[in-house]
Amino acid sequence: METLATFLNGFLPEGLTTLIVIILKIVAILLPLILAVAYTTFAERKIIGYMQVRMGPNRVGPKGWLQPIADTVKLMFKEIISPTKSSTIVFFIAPMLALAPALAVWSVIPFWDGGVLADVNAGLLLVLAITSLDVFGIILAGWASNSKYAILSSLRVGAQVVSYEIAMGFALVGVLMAAGSLNLSDIVRAQDGGIQNWFAWPLFGLLVVYFISGVAETNRAPFDVAEGESEIVAGFHIEYSGMAFALFFLAEYASMILISTLTTLLFMGGWLSPFGHAMDDIPVLGIILGDGFHWLFIKSLFFLFCYLWFRATFPRYRYDQIMRLGWKILIPVTLVWIFGEGVAIALGWKPWL
Amino acid sequence: MFRYISHLVKSFTLFELLQGLSVTGKYLFKRKITIQYPEQKTPMSPRFRGHHALRRYPNGQERCIACKLCEAVCPALAIDIELEEREDGTRRTTKYDIDFFKCIYCGFCEEACPVDAIVETHIFEYHFEERGKHVITKDELLAFGDKHETEIAKRKAADAPYR
Repeated sequence: METLATFLNGFLPEGLTTLIVIILKIVAILLPLILAVAYTTFAERKIIGYMQVRMGPNRVGPKGWLQPIADTVKLMFKEIISPTKSSTIVFFIAPMLALAPALAVWSVIPFWDGGVLADVNAGLLLVLAITSLDVFGIILAGWASNSKYAILSSLRVGAQVVSYEIAMGFALVGVLMAAGSLNLSDIVRAQDGGIQNWFAWPLFGLLVVYFISGVAETNRAPFDVAEGESEIVAGFHIEYSGMAFALFFLAEYASMILISTLTTLLFMGGWLSPFGHAMDDIPVLGIILGDGFHWLFIKSLFFLFCYLWFRATFPRYRYDQIMRLGWKILIPVTLVWIFGEGVAIALGWKPWL
Repeated sequence: MFRYISHLVKSFTLFELLQGLSVTGKYLFKRKITIQYPEQKTPMSPRFRGHHALRRYPNGQERCIACKLCEAVCPALAIDIELEEREDGTRRTTKYDIDFFKCIYCGFCEEACPVDAIVETHIFEYHFEERGKHVITKDELLAFGDKHETEIAKRKAADAPYR
């Protein structure tokens, strides 16, 4: 990137060079992300199939690896139908509004030490702010569809996402108290020095709460009342077809990957190796066992697997139970944990912060 | 009191959720029971009741004597038979239609037949590409029987001791 910047600087104005470099970086983040989304859908069908003692998709390409490509092509060629009495403009803006925040958050995610598009100091705040915008796409989609099922679903999603945002925010407060920073890279660096220094241990309760509310936030099973087949058919995207529907799909899976990655960054030490720096001096193994993007990848993959595992295991929560869990259990738990953490910090208990 | 506390402990350690996860986790590695249909097939009984066929005697004479027992026993009224007396004095069908949309593959026709003429074969993978083709005529049934005679004979022989 640096060499490219200096090369372009030779014949282009400074501003344009920066712009080109940033756009290239965005492409470098988004293309793998979208590919990852495609293969998450494949992994989901495969893993849930395996858990139900089935094979899952295995017909398109070797072992079914081309299945997501075939799905995408099918969706692209489908007609996008808009209901007669829908508000057409909002109807078509909604999927973009759902997708854009899910992709925008990736600008502050550090993939390795220094491997971040925008090293914002208030990164965590930005993540919270932008992920909250996700719900607008869904609510507008439900409203613009002019369908009772869609509007009911989007109302449910709205209430659910807002409720769980609070528990999620409190869990993050615990993390930033421990790390003393809102910058995601700094939060990861604060967990340096091996697996015992990860925030997952002192903040285990917050990790559980964060991941549960993350699952609720992305409207995934067992909190997927937004698409309860028996009551409201497919939920807010019932009137969408073709690529417009695909965008919602993309947004949902991008948020899933995002929550997994964030959980890794905040609690599991991000790109840091679980062995700390003990192995850094060994010639070849040092690269594999040392810090790097692959650790972030593996850890995120585990949380992503958990998403699919939950979906294969748990039945859907009833709506009032979701609200009870969010307001009466998760929020008090985080508050108590933060209080305990605050006391520990005030007393200066080092191993537990 | 104890029950309340144990309930509280169970809820907060997510005990039952982890139990559920362990069950699905185990099944992830279980052997898959899916049959990959066109390549793999489940074992089939010699009694399997699929596409119908009319059989012949080894000398080429068709077996059916137009007794109409199959037509009478057919619960779905799928069989339609017309007959004549041939010059050599035998009683033969001129028309033997089976409507495959009406047929329920109960096998009664096969059981009713005194000369083992109409049989249901092991073939179940067939389709119709035109309207009207679902009514299978006598010629088609005979041709089908000729085509699969060895296999039909083998399966009927395998099942014979149990009839």
